[in-house]
Amino acid sequence: MPAVQETVEQVRSIDVDQYKYGFFTDIESEKAAKGLTEETVRFISAKKGEPEWLLEWRLDAFRRWQTMQEPEWARVSYPRIDYQDLYYYAAPKAKEGPKSIDDIDPEILATYEKLGIPLRERDALLGIESTGGSKVAVDAVFDSVSVATTFKEELAKAGVIFMPISEAVREYPELVKKYLGSVVPVTDNFFATLNSAVFSDGSFVYVPKGVRCPMELSTYFRINERNTGQFERTLIIADEGAYVSYLEGCTAPMRDENQLHAAVVELVALADAEIKYSTVQNWYPGDKDGKGGIFNFVTKRGDCRGDRSKISWTQVETGSAITWKYPSCILRGDESRGEFYSIAISNGYQQVDSGTKMIHLGRNTTSRIIAKGIAAGHSDNTYRGLVSAHRKATGARNFTNCDSLLIGDKCGAHTVPYIESKNSSAQFEHEATTSKISEDQMFYCRQRGLSDEEATALIVNGFVKDVLQQLPMEFAVEAQKLISVSLEGSVG
Amino acid sequence: MAMLEIDNLHAKIEGDEGREILKGLSLTVNPGEVHAIMGPNGSGKSTLSYILAGKEDYEVTDGSVTLDGEDLLEMEIDERAAKGVFLAFQYPIEVPGVATMTFLRAALNAQRRTRGEEEISTPDFLRLVKDKAGALGISQDMLRRGVNVGFSGGEKKRMEILQMAILEPKLCILDETDSGLDIDALKVVSEGVNALRSPDRGMIVITHYQRLLNHIVPDFVHVMNKGRIVRSGGKELALELEANGYAEYQQDAA
Repeated sequence: MPAVQETVEQVRSIDVDQYKYGFFTDIESEKAAKGLTEETVRFISAKKGEPEWLLEWRLDAFRRWQTMQEPEWARVSYPRIDYQDLYYYAAPKAKEGPKSIDDIDPEILATYEKLGIPLRERDALLGIESTGGSKVAVDAVFDSVSVATTFKEELAKAGVIFMPISEAVREYPELVKKYLGSVVPVTDNFFATLNSAVFSDGSFVYVPKGVRCPMELSTYFRINERNTGQFERTLIIADEGAYVSYLEGCTAPMRDENQLHAAVVELVALADAEIKYSTVQNWYPGDKDGKGGIFNFVTKRGDCRGDRSKISWTQVETGSAITWKYPSCILRGDESRGEFYSIAISNGYQQVDSGTKMIHLGRNTTSRIIAKGIAAGHSDNTYRGLVSAHRKATGARNFTNCDSLLIGDKCGAHTVPYIESKNSSAQFEHEATTSKISEDQMFYCRQRGLSDEEATALIVNGFVKDVLQQLPMEFAVEAQKLISVSLEGSVG
Repeated sequence: MAMLEIDNLHAKIEGDEGREILKGLSLTVNPGEVHAIMGPNGSGKSTLSYILAGKEDYEVTDGSVTLDGEDLLEMEIDERAAKGVFLAFQYPIEVPGVATMTFLRAALNAQRRTRGEEEISTPDFLRLVKDKAGALGISQDMLRRGVNVGFSGGEKKRMEILQMAILEPKLCILDETDSGLDIDALKVVSEGVNALRSPDRGMIVITHYQRLLNHIVPDFVHVMNKGRIVRSGGKELALELEANGYAEYQQDAA
């Protein structure tokens, strides 16, 4: 209840420039030469001090990428991306890699502080004391490199590995080699292949057998440099009976030109393991005329590899000029379960084409999809989803619910569900609605004393409630605020 | 000074070149008074309530409305609410996913802020709701459910009265609050309304039927037809209407 009040306060206090993360940190950085060639790939690999096998893996991806076409099936339109006009690697310049938090450039620390992400464990703990929240370990990725990971030691005591993937390559090569690319193959799609060639950093998580990760893990991505693509790679493995909850947040400065973000996230859940992955995506969406903003082409996939494993995706998508993203679950293990909870909000000239894939392979696998799309301004918001049952997926069940809410009459909402069943015992349910915030609802709320913005915030919060409830508490409050901020100026 | 002063009000549906719905309606409501407005379908009763609340589908073409001397027609919908205008809807609107408690608190605090008052504290608010809801037979479960979602007709009307009790308006407009109520529900709702009668509060009770006025006894009864008040009297006028119907007025005005 107080969150609604805060939401409303937040909306009121905002001006036209509602993107409050749009600042730029002036910091010297080291970049790869512009453009993408084999040399670029070698440069990145060398910078990371990678073993030969990983370089070969990257080069293989790069060669395959050169033969691939950018996909055009999504309901988004954007000017051609000139892949040779981008920087593929940018790292804040440091004498040497930061050994402890005190070695980190104070500018970067200040940046994350400004974003509300404390990187000093002491500060993080203070924050917890004052808010009564729970502990969250953070991996902070700044452009192409991870700058800090907190609570590493405490996690290590529980046996949990949480570190930048570039470090994991060196310290746990066997684990990385075994799982990297095992969920999203190198040749999966144009953007995933590009990522495989040039990925720079991201998080690596391994939770050993039977361990319940003692705190929430989180990665905070920040694009800072101009003309720089961010290609992070996240790999999370929950071994048998393990549990982990992981949060991801992202922001970028406001710029007139578009910036490319092509990430890959791979999740592996072994028998009886559970992974909960939550995203609050708030990349810069462009200005009110649709200028600038992030092109967000992301491949996220989870593999329920073991029996009775469970993977749950929750996403709140408010940012980016273009969002192309389908967090999916491969339900391989018998009785495994996949979940997808999504709130996708578009305003201004944003274009969202997002959804999920639930691939039922094992017996008695179940999945649940709750997707809420909210379109305002001149935006376009598409839900695209696939639910399929393999012929061996006896007893597979899915429930899908897609609701779209339109605010104003210049936006569009679209639902594109694909359902394929090769097993006659599969039961798939699909529900979809599209509605507008009715004038009657607005009149009713305003007659009770709520302003235009307050009434809209309240109605929208009601609309997305089912999904917000899935988010970890700290994020839910943040997400709720974000939703109203995103819809600022959408009424009237 | 009169609390509500409606003078020669003319109005039509916005953008509609056609006929006026209100054609010179005048009415004065003083604090403490309960005015019943009766009349046949299409006489403009609901239009009057919407115009007082500020619904945007109507256009006032002539006349004036003041609340405590201020021009009501110049105010935004939520501003009017904060000044104490409350409309109990004939068909209360559903707001899915918004718990009734959340809604009540958001509304109360919004009004308080507009008036430059402190927001209500959580314990005070919970006490207030518990108190008022109990009297109306509204359960905690109902308060947790979405606003008006899955409520019966009677529950919706009780919820309107609860909102009224919590927001403590200066001017209550009840638009056919008796429609869709069985006799027991009618009693509960009427008792709720009667409990809110006070020397500082004026009420306009719009209804077709005299039945409601047995429970909420008005100080004045007005007969409305074709956009204006055609006769006014005391509570006995309602009984006369019940016996004779509206036919007489419909002919008179034609």
